[in-house]
Formats: sequence, C-alpha cells, structure tokens
Amino acid sequence: MGRKAKFDETKKVKKGPGRKARKQPDPVFKKSLVEDDTTEKKLTHRQKQRAAKRAKKKAELAEKRKALKQAKKNVSKQTEVEVDNDEGHSSDEESTQGFTDDNKEWLKPKQKSKSKEKKIHSDVEETEDDSGHDDGSDVNADSDNNDKQGTKATGEKYKVGTLDDLFKDTDDENDDAESEDEGAASDNKLEYDSNSSGSDKDEDDDTDNDDDMLPIEKANIKLVKKQKTDKKLADEEMQLNIAKQDVFAFPSQEELQNPTSLQDIHQRIKDVVTVLGNFSTLKEEGRSRCEYTDLLLKDLCIYYSYNEFLMEVLMQIFPVLELVEFLEASEVARPVTIRTNSLKTRRRDLAQALINRGVNLDPVGKWSKVGLVVYSSTVPIGATPEYLAGHYILQGASSYLPVMALAPQENERILDMCAAPGGKASHIAAIMKNTGTLFANDANKERTKAIVGNFHRLGVVNAVICNHDGREFPEVMKGFDRVLLDAPCTGTGVIAKDPSVKTTKDQKDIQRCFNIQRQLLLAAIDCCSAKSSTGGYIVYSTCSILPEENEWVVNYALKRRNVKLVPTGLDFGTEGFVKYRHHRFHPSLKLTRRFYPHTHNMDGFYVAKLKKFSNVIPEPFKDEDDEELESKSEDSKQNGDIESGDQKPVPQKKGDSRKRSATSDGPQMKKKKSDVESNKGNNAQPTPASNQKNKRNRKNKKNVKQHGTNAANNAISDKSEVQENSKDIKEQRETKIRNENVDTKSSIEEIDSVQKDPNTKTTVNKSKKKRKNQKNQETSNVQNQNINKNENKITEKVEVVAAKKLKNKFNKKNKQIGKLNSNNVKKPMKDQSVHKKFKKNK
Amino acid sequence: MKVLSEDRTRILFEKLTKYIGVNVKLLIDRPDGTYCFREKKDRVYYISERLLHLAQTLKPDHLIAAGTCFGKFTKTNKFRLHITALTYIAPYAPYKIWVKPSAEQQFLYGHHIIKSGLGRITENTPKHHGVVVYTMSDIPIGFGVAARTTAECRHADPLATIVFHQADVGEYIRSEDTLT
Repeated sequence: MGRKAKFDETKKVKKGPGRKARKQPDPVFKKSLVEDDTTEKKLTHRQKQRAAKRAKKKAELAEKRKALKQAKKNVSKQTEVEVDNDEGHSSDEESTQGFTDDNKEWLKPKQKSKSKEKKIHSDVEETEDDSGHDDGSDVNADSDNNDKQGTKATGEKYKVGTLDDLFKDTDDENDDAESEDEGAASDNKLEYDSNSSGSDKDEDDDTDNDDDMLPIEKANIKLVKKQKTDKKLADEEMQLNIAKQDVFAFPSQEELQNPTSLQDIHQRIKDVVTVLGNFSTLKEEGRSRCEYTDLLLKDLCIYYSYNEFLMEVLMQIFPVLELVEFLEASEVARPVTIRTNSLKTRRRDLAQALINRGVNLDPVGKWSKVGLVVYSSTVPIGATPEYLAGHYILQGASSYLPVMALAPQENERILDMCAAPGGKASHIAAIMKNTGTLFANDANKERTKAIVGNFHRLGVVNAVICNHDGREFPEVMKGFDRVLLDAPCTGTGVIAKDPSVKTTKDQKDIQRCFNIQRQLLLAAIDCCSAKSSTGGYIVYSTCSILPEENEWVVNYALKRRNVKLVPTGLDFGTEGFVKYRHHRFHPSLKLTRRFYPHTHNMDGFYVAKLKKFSNVIPEPFKDEDDEELESKSEDSKQNGDIESGDQKPVPQKKGDSRKRSATSDGPQMKKKKSDVESNKGNNAQPTPASNQKNKRNRKNKKNVKQHGTNAANNAISDKSEVQENSKDIKEQRETKIRNENVDTKSSIEEIDSVQKDPNTKTTVNKSKKKRKNQKNQETSNVQNQNINKNENKITEKVEVVAAKKLKNKFNKKNKQIGKLNSNNVKKPMKDQSVHKKFKKNK
Repeated sequence: MKVLSEDRTRILFEKLTKYIGVNVKLLIDRPDGTYCFREKKDRVYYISERLLHLAQTLKPDHLIAAGTCFGKFTKTNKFRLHITALTYIAPYAPYKIWVKPSAEQQFLYGHHIIKSGLGRITENTPKHHGVVVYTMSDIPIGFGVAARTTAECRHADPLATIVFHQADVGEYIRSEDTLT
C-alpha cells in the first residue's frame, strides 16, 4: 500500500477524492538538498594531516627506492636481459600493450625512479580527492599496486601461454594476504614487511646484496626467471611435438605386425590422412603414395573392422578425408524418423498427439511435409496407439526420396517392384490418396505379409499385393504409368543399420547384386508405358553407395532401352558420378542424386529418375566399350567367348568374339605355357597333362566354335584358382558341374561374377576345354597310354576325382558333346606327338 | 478370387450388421464406383471392381491380397471379422465405446474392457451388440461385443467386464502373419 510511485510516466495516478495517500503529491525537495555537490568539499583537519603524512611517507619511499635501484643496477641488468629475452621470445608488443603505463614502469628498474615519483604523486592526489576515506583507503590503493605488480609480472606469462596460472594466482594471493593483514599499518611498514617476508622465504642471495630492493621487485625478478625457464621447457616440448607431428614416421614392419592399441591406430590414421592431404611436403623420403594408402587401408580396416575389399572400394569412391567422415558417420545410427500417414491424419495433429505421449520430435526438414524426426521418447515409438491405428510408419528419411522423385499422381497405375515391407509403397498410396491402382510386388513371399500388415494398418485400399519375381513382371502385366524400383543391394549405405555389411561383402556379392539390379531395371522399364499421358517414369533407387550398383546399372539401362534421365525433383543431394575409375558414364547421369550419411545425415542412398520415351526395345546388342559385363550376362551363351570378360575396353566384341577365340590363341598360348611352367615349379603333377592340352587346344578351336555354349560355361573360373596348386582338381569339379547345367541361368551369373583377369581366365578356360577333350578321348579309349602316364603323375586325389568323373560323365559327355567325337578322332595322334615333345623336354 | 456363395454372403452380412447395422448397404452402394466382396482361401476381401479386374489377371498363386481383407470363414463356416476391417467398420458403427488412456494398453494387449477403464459409451447400447472401441482422442483401436447395456454399465462393479474383446490394432504387431 502507500503512495504509488510514478515510475511510469504513462501511468497516471488517479486524481480526485479518495484516501489521503492517493491524493498526496510527489515529494518536493529543498533546493539545497537537490543541489548537486559539484563543488569540492574542504578536507577536515585530520584528513589534511593524514594526507600530509602520506605524502611524506611516499617521498621517503621513493627516495629509498632510488637508492635501491642504483645499488641494484648490476643485478637488475641481468634481470633486464632476461626480461628482454622473454619478451623477445613471445610478443613484445602484446606485453607492452597489455598493461597500463605505470605498471610497465614498475617492471623496468631503470626508469623506475621518475615514474614512481609521478605515480606516488598521483596516488596522493587521488587519496586527497577521496574525502570520505581514511587510512584504509591508502592501504587499499597500495595493495592494489601490489596486485597490479603481481598481475603484471605474471601477465607476461599469459602471453606465453604456459600453464603457470597457478603460480601467478598464488603470488597474487600472497600479495593480497599481506596487504590485508597489515591493512591498518602504514604503507611503509606494509611494504617493508612484505619485502622481508617475501625475500626471506624465497630468495637466497638477493636479500643479502640488495637490501633496499623492494620485495615486489625481487619477486618480480624471481618470477621472470621462473618464467623464462618455464618458457624454455614449454618451447622445447612444443618443438618436440611439432617434430613428432610434422614428420610422421612411417612405421616399421614390426610395428605394423604388432599393433599396440586402437588409439595408436587411430592416431596413425589421422597422421596418414594429414600426410596424404599435403603429400609433397609431408611425405617421408623414399615413400610412395601407395605405401601410405596401403597403410591407411589396413589401419582403417582394423579400426572400423571392415574387410579389405569393401574398404578398397570405398577408398575409390571418396577422397581420404571424406572417407574418414563417412566411416565415422556409418558407425552411428541415423536419427529415427517417422512418416505421417496422410490418409489418416495430418502431421501437426500427429506431432501434437505424440508430444502428449512424451515424444520429443521435430519436422524432418523443409523438403518433406510428412516426415518427423524423433529425438527421444518415453514410450516405444513403434507401439503407441497412434502407430497401431496407422497414423504413422517408422521410415528412414532417405526412403521418402524415391517416392518424392516418382511424384505419383492420382488415378494412375503404379508398380512398386520390390515393395516389402511396404513403406515406400504406402507412401505412394498416400500421395495418390487411395485412388488409382498400386501394385506392390515382392519376390519373397514371407515378406509380403509385412506389406499386407502395413497396408491394412495404414488404410491403403487401392493396392494389389503380389508375389512375383520382379524380372518376370513384364510377362505378368505391362502398361504402368510409373514404376518404382527400390532394388535389392549390398546395403553399403546403411552400414549403421546392419554392420555385418562391413565384413561379409565381396566382389562376388556386388556382382550378383548389380546383375539382378540390371535385370530388374530392364524389367521395370518394360513394365512402364511410354504412352501414358501423365507418366512413363521409372525411379531406380538403392540404399547402396557403390557406383557399380547405381550409375553403372542406370547407364546400362540407358543403352538397352529407350529411356532418358530426367531431374529427380530433389533439390539436395550430390550429383551422380559421370566418371568413376575407368568408367565413363553418360553425362546425363549428373541428374541422378546420391545421398551420404556424413553430408545429409540420412542413410546412404541413390535415386535416379528415368523417362521412357518409346516402348520399342532397341537392338539388344550395342557394341560399346564398358559393356563387357552386361554383354556377358545376357549373351554369354551366344558368345561362347570368355574374353569379353572384363572391364577393360576390349576392341572386339560379341559379334567378333568367336573369331577372336579362334584367332587370338597365339599370345594366350604363350601365356599359358608360362603359366604351366610356373605350375611345374609348384607341383610337377599336372604339367604334362596341361602341356598336352596346349597342343591339343589348337585343334580344339574348331570344337570351340561348334560348341559355343560349352565354352561359355567354361568361362566360369577364378583367378585365384589359376595360382592354386589344387587347381586341376577344382577345375575338374567345376567342369563337372558345368556340364550338368549347360544352359542354366546360374551358370551365366557365375560367369558374370568372375571377371578379374581375362587372360588368366582364358587360359584356365582353355585348360579346362582341353581337359574336357581329354576326358572325351579317354572315354573313347583312344589314348589309354597317355592317360595312364598322366595319371601316374597326378596325385591320388586327382585320380579319385577323375575316376569318379569318368564314371559319371561317360554317358553324358557322349551325348552332350556328341560332335566332338569326329574331331577327337584326330586328336590322339597329336596328343601323342605332344607327349613325345614333352618327353624330349624332360 | 471367387464370388461368395449365397450362404456365405448371408453369414457375412449378418456379421457385419452386428457391427454397423443398416449401414451395411453403404458398403455396397458407393458413389465412387462399385465395390464387391470376393473370397480367396476363405478370406473375404472387399475390393473395388476396377481393382478386381486388374487383380484377376494375376495367377492366384501369386496374388497375396487385394483391397481390404474383412475377415475369414472358419472351418465351421462362421465368419470372423479381422482387425483389418476396422477401416470400414469404424466410420459406420452406431455403437461406440471410449476407453480411458490407462486402459488403452490393456485392451491393445487383447484384454476385455472392464468398468474402471470405461471412459464413455453410446447411449442405449444393447447387450451383445458389436461396438467399436475408441481412445479418448477418438482413434479407433478395435472392436468387441458389449457385455452389458449402457444402463447396466452405470451400476456395474468396477472390475466387471463391459466389452468382450474381439479384435484390436495390437494384432498388427502380435499376429502379423495371420492377419489375412
């Protein structure tokens, strides 16, 4: 209660009748009271006395100091040098700038006398000004000075950046404590006392020599000394560190073989990355970049527990720095995201409902109107009543992208080829608002149940769920307006979700994947209708980041079908590769989009949008470079050629392949021989046989021509096998298998999956052919002698296997390779001659 | 996908009438195209004719589901509604019951609704009539059969069962494999 103050001008106190307090006006002060005290008050008598005393003392003090300085000159010189050194070391300017002028004066004994006098005068004046203060104020001022000295002395340390804060603090405190203790005493006393105490305790020689030196000065000198040594040490340490860092010593063999700890490896990774970042200056003499990258590869493999193959591939995709980022990002899980089911609710309502349940969430970003990121939740996010009622679905942010790229329209007929578990398909249905028709297909019958469950939960009613092999879908139904193909992949983009990818994937897996992907993509394109008024679009996506499964597959489709790439409609993500290692993809592959865990904070993903402009399927054979693999997958049967095998651009192709196999034997034969020779060194047994085969091979050319299919099957082999000692055994087994399923798809896939070195492969193949032929001969009993001789040299295992094979194949072979017989008639002769030669050689 | 037999159609509609009353005819006469019931492996699907034509082009072995599954005929030739029918039952149901948040979870795990979990109930709910169960925020989470009339509920014991559980959305998680 009481009178209301008029703090606020706008608020007017009510006027008029009322309580007295309300009516009371604002207080009015007398003029004399309001008058500001600009005029200085006169000092009292005592104050004057005190001031005089003070001035006197100060003068005395100053004199003493003067004397002290002169006596101390020798000592001070030394210290000065030190100080100078110090400052020179660090930063002169900074130190001088960092302090007030009078403080600087304190530091330097030479100029001290004058400056001190000045200072004292100023002090006196100040104190005189302070009317209300008594003795204590003086002491305070002085102690302030002390403090300043302390800080000043230590201030330089700050600049140097050493760890002496502690030291400084204690100094300050000492000063403070002293001054406080003797607050009541006179200034002089204070100083002397502190002097004596400080010097007695701390200094050894100086006290004797320079009695008249102030304690602070002594302390200062000491400090400077200490500082200097500290700085020296710090510098040395720094140098050491720098030396260590800058010249990264390449670890020796022993170090490599005995890894100490993960921390060391991590450090080494960092070092190598920095070295690789500035290789020309940081490299160690005589070390090539290769050595560093190899070391890095191994370290990364150990540290992140990848297998070497995958790490190699990743290193080819990313520059080193980005690679480390990617690996780090792949270790941590992406944030949980949910997609609002727009068929049943709106995002705002859903967010409100979930927040009420104690879920902490946010919109996923401006690019999506249905996505929500869940930061934390007090309830299981996959079992709330809202979830069960189908108001949302748990779905990674990256999974929105292909559907957004597909941009389905209402009343369209859309196909999702690999739909399970139905996240993207239900998204499509939601965008179509349950109109039109959605075909959700998955090859795995078990997983289609998940589609059924999700569709019913989310209220999708316009869908047909079916279980076909995607590759055969064009035979089932065509004419879709849009097709979404989220192809099965190696999952290198979602390593955080499934870390087993790190160690389980190898070249064969990747090849298997991209073969299926290619077939699926072609099928998807076939399913789509170019004549659709609204659509004709195909979206291809994978959760892999390997170009083999992405750009290469799309590039393949571009050549095989009348499709073109169109912008995906996603305004973020990095452009697809146009060049990757030796591959040169179609320039329009820029329009595709890649997403990485480390840059976009979503799973690694790839999205490409194709528009079909004609339903005509162009000539299947296009002899372009870089298509060897594809050609094999489709045409290996017809080719009968193994050499189209690899990613190296081979000038001759499919059409010429047969010719090639016939004509280009010469150099390969040589190679073969060298191979054989090396084999001789390793194990003597198989050589004679293979030698014979070499000779025989020339004759077999004809056979090859006639039986392209067999030859194609023979193409399956492994580089590694060539070098293995047990090579022959394996080959025999393989040929067995192959003969049994001559035309099956599996063999074709296998062919595709093996393409490392065409040369070695061909040689192996040829040796196989020979072997086959040999078997035929054996079965026809033409060459018993040779066989016996060979078999003697072959190990028991081989014998067993061969015998089995013979039994098994006896009939089959005659049927399968019936035509061979006519050729084989002449073979024995040549083989014998070969054998003779071989003997001679021996 | 075959047409339901006369007998089965009758059984199906009797069952549906229990839940949505006369609104059954709204399922058949729709402004947005003709819809029909089709049977596949004893499962009954509610599907638009347009979609049906497309679905029928697929081989039966490869067709998993089309449209909405309403339920299945048991071996004793009775019809059992599945939770998947909730999409169509909930909007048309005349009798509803709302459960308290504390009782939601219990119901979602397959338990009956007891008096203490009862939030609201439609007036004049007859005994043994189908009711749709809602949360207090009006989200349908299942359906069941009223064990008591509304009047009886008022005076019921707190632990007395009000609604017999028949299906709930928790089944999407609990028994995904047997949904259709």
